[in-house]
Amino acid sequence: MTGRTYGTRLPGMPKETPSGKLIVVEGADGSGRTTEVALLREWLEVEGHAVVDTGLRRSDLVSGEIDQAKQGHTLAATTMALLYAADFADQLENKIVPALAAGSTVLADRYIYTLMARAIARGASREYARKLYGFALRPDLVVFLDARPEILLHRSIGKYGSLDYWESGMDLCLSRDLFESFFLYQALLSQEFAWMEKEYGFHFVDANRAPEAVHLEVQRLVAPLYGTRFVEPRRPPRGSAPRSVSRVPRRAASA
Amino acid sequence: MPKTPSPNHGFPGRLFVFEGLDGSGKSTQAALLGKWLQSNGYRVFFTEWNSSELVSSTIRRGKKKGLLTPTTFSLLHAVDFADRFERKILPPLRAGYLVVCDRYAYTAFVRDAARGCDPAWVRTIYSFAPRPDRVFYFQVPVQITLKRKLSSRLKMNYYEAGMDLGLSDDLVESYERFQGRLKREYDRISETDGFRVVDATRSVETIQSELRADLKPMLVNFPTGEALMHDG
Repeated sequence: MTGRTYGTRLPGMPKETPSGKLIVVEGADGSGRTTEVALLREWLEVEGHAVVDTGLRRSDLVSGEIDQAKQGHTLAATTMALLYAADFADQLENKIVPALAAGSTVLADRYIYTLMARAIARGASREYARKLYGFALRPDLVVFLDARPEILLHRSIGKYGSLDYWESGMDLCLSRDLFESFFLYQALLSQEFAWMEKEYGFHFVDANRAPEAVHLEVQRLVAPLYGTRFVEPRRPPRGSAPRSVSRVPRRAASA
Repeated sequence: MPKTPSPNHGFPGRLFVFEGLDGSGKSTQAALLGKWLQSNGYRVFFTEWNSSELVSSTIRRGKKKGLLTPTTFSLLHAVDFADRFERKILPPLRAGYLVVCDRYAYTAFVRDAARGCDPAWVRTIYSFAPRPDRVFYFQVPVQITLKRKLSSRLKMNYYEAGMDLGLSDDLVESYERFQGRLKREYDRISETDGFRVVDATRSVETIQSELRADLKPMLVNFPTGEALMHDG
């Protein structure tokens, strides 16, 4: 699957299929995404895979302009959507594609889906968003960490002491109240992720649980990409220190 | 006075676009036409491609470092155009002005196609830009634009010459070949997009009077600035 885009030719792409895997972890702020990406990276490296991680808005090309635009809140919806797409394209071509070509696993902490959902919440049509990102590579796996808004709220407050202006969609003027805006905005985004689940083949993972439980389920989804079968570690006895999670060879496990 | 909305975009203003290769004389003609419209009492808004401040520094920096790929090149110009469109073109169009554009989305269609981007994709990302009421395409052989370019001693720029495509190591040769690609693409879409093709090898005066004659019927009953004010 890797090496194919969502329908639009990407000029200058290497012809041969890259050997690396592209794994995407999607989810709202507070869904445990960053924690899961770190755990996944650790596990994959222990397994012997080279891992490159990537996220949104980290390219050198336009991240300065994005920050600048956010400060001024001046840009209209289409302009902002295109600016994010330019930033994504830069990362795709200069970071993701070369890493995949070199055989690395690319672990993406969010991908086009969040960008699409945000753009649609701000007035772009689904069709526009879908076609705009037609040049993106199809990942080998998209894990969506699905958590209830109440859980997101608690984790967000626990982490930052408050709610983030942008993650609450305050620029949409849904409500003047930060908390109310947060719930309205998260509902808008969920609506978009719901149709993407089918169209883009998301694997929804219940992220209302503890990080360990989420990680186990994600490992189960990731292992087949490498032709291996993930066997769950035996449950530690009650009261003992938590064991680190690892893939045990099948024979050893059944012995 | 009734303001008839444009059949192409539904706004009360009118959108006139000038397209063509560098050195085809379109900017001179656009400026002269703007003068004429103004002198006839119409409210005119004149705008050129690449006048927005937002990403021009990024585009410049990216170009200098050779960081741009056809896709990022295309998207950054789309950002620039969207910003300009939403802030500069749309408001006067809604307010009933005659908007004269020296280059429009077609410049991107042609240039991005010449760089290998998927034409359907480029059209999609510019789908926010409405169809103009008139597109004048200044058709001219590449040889003539090249002569104008060389005699004006303007520095030929790396991207304008399509040097990023590796068509040739020689700047002038690359320019010629890249502009040839642009011309072929302009010629191709001029029919499908209903351009008014202007033979740009003729004198400035001849061309200008042709443009004025072409637009006159469209301006019958179009309110002048004064009429707009009193219409309040």
